[in-house]
Amino acid sequence: MDAILSRYRSLAVLVTVILAQLVLVAYQRKSDNDMASVRVWAVTAVTPVARVLESVRRNSFGFFQNYFVLVDLREENKKLKDDLGKFKLENQFLKNELQMADRVQALSKFQAKTPSRTVGARIIGTGTGTNSKMVLVDRGTSSGVERGMAVITQDGIVGKVVASYPIASQVLLITDTSFRAGVISQKGRVHGTVKGIGQSRVMVDYIQNEDKVEVDEEFFTSGEDRIFPKGLAVGKAEIVRPGTTFKEVQFVPSGLQSVLEEVLIVIEGVHQRIPDFLPGLQNPVVLQTPLPPGLNEKPRPQEEIINSMKTDADRLRERYTGIGSKRSVVGQPVPDYNAEPPPPKPITPSTPNPSAAPVNPNPKPQGGAVPQR
Amino acid sequence: MSDYSNQILIDRRGKDRVSKFKPAVMLLVPLAAILFQVYVPMFFKYLSYLELPVLVTVYFSLMKQNQIVGTLAGAAIGLAQDSLADHPLGMFGIVKTLVGYFASSLSLRFDVEHPGLRFLVGFCFFCFHELLYWMLTSALLGHEGGFAAVRTLLAGVLNAAVAVPLFALLDKLRERP
Repeated sequence: MDAILSRYRSLAVLVTVILAQLVLVAYQRKSDNDMASVRVWAVTAVTPVARVLESVRRNSFGFFQNYFVLVDLREENKKLKDDLGKFKLENQFLKNELQMADRVQALSKFQAKTPSRTVGARIIGTGTGTNSKMVLVDRGTSSGVERGMAVITQDGIVGKVVASYPIASQVLLITDTSFRAGVISQKGRVHGTVKGIGQSRVMVDYIQNEDKVEVDEEFFTSGEDRIFPKGLAVGKAEIVRPGTTFKEVQFVPSGLQSVLEEVLIVIEGVHQRIPDFLPGLQNPVVLQTPLPPGLNEKPRPQEEIINSMKTDADRLRERYTGIGSKRSVVGQPVPDYNAEPPPPKPITPSTPNPSAAPVNPNPKPQGGAVPQR
Repeated sequence: MSDYSNQILIDRRGKDRVSKFKPAVMLLVPLAAILFQVYVPMFFKYLSYLELPVLVTVYFSLMKQNQIVGTLAGAAIGLAQDSLADHPLGMFGIVKTLVGYFASSLSLRFDVEHPGLRFLVGFCFFCFHELLYWMLTSALLGHEGGFAAVRTLLAGVLNAAVAVPLFALLDKLRERP
């Protein structure tokens, strides 16, 4: 027996180690216990190292990124290389700083605008494994981050927190094969489930072939998964074709189209409206400023401007006023307001109008007519 | 048997072919490999295809020429990697345990310092690791998605190409007899 054991000792160790790990996996799956203490220990051990490496990288003026450029220049001319290298490094550094400032500014603007309560976080590591679609962020339970919280940027959703530790959290990216989220299309309000497929693209599943989804149609979170608040951008459909059971819709998530270094973790989500589809707003037309008044015209006299603003009622009243002012109503028949008014003439005392009736200083009422006072 | 085969087959004359390492090296090298995998792909995305923990497991298993050591080294490195991953502890552990065991078994028969063999070993064990991991995640965790064979083969060539200089570098960390 001993001989057999000693002969197969290595095999026995192998079987024991494999079985122990299988039991460990089964225990975690069965009890839904992911050995948090072990992971806390591991992440806490790795995070400070990652932070140090990150700070070294930030302060090294992108040395590694520019190293190969400098190697080539050194051969041409040492002095030129030094100057050029220095300027390139400075330029690269400033560009990086500018890009980071832009990103942070855009993120903080979005953070201020969005009704959800969020906390900013920086990505400090990636997951292990060649196919891993997971990142490590520098915010944990001490910042209020908990498992299941949504992770977004101003461009769209990024993923969700799958594990939260005191000073760091693991974020499962939207491109991971186990990622799921409810989405709704902007135009047709078609509901579906966005799924990662392990590549840069994601797919929207469970859309019936009969439902209308167009290329470039935008998808937003529907809020039905109770992880992502409604109304966050997810992406624009790039591939739309009928499938065997459901329509095939794929796109690159809008949140992952740019460099992912800073993100927002949604602490308290607030649902928002899905923006209405307005064709004009999708491709807005830029209009120039209006022509300044009077640029190519002579200034009009003020009287003409006033006349052009008169209404028909104004003109009618002026006409009646003109007729009435020529004839006194006292002791005279009622003026004929239908008659065309005479052209205005200057009245001179030396040439009295013979047709004009003399004015009676004590008029008697005629025919019940009562002079107006 | 050809001359080439004779070069690769191990000379069984001495046990002095078993390499010795300081405990710090045995601890820090796998840790550095895991940290590399956690940190570096953030800035160089194409380096995410490098599976340094597998290469380190293979190296120590080959050089120690002891199946038990290979098994335990693989298990330890795999579990450390698991603790930073988003799946249950033990998935990488099981895979790397088997990698360690088979790599150390291989070292009993072949000259593990031959660059050609190292390239081949790096390629085969990477592909074996990826295939086994995919099978385990499909069987135990119910993950969907097919096995990306072409990508795995290309990544295997990349990892094998890295394995040769990496192993040569790690050779320098061996204790002098």
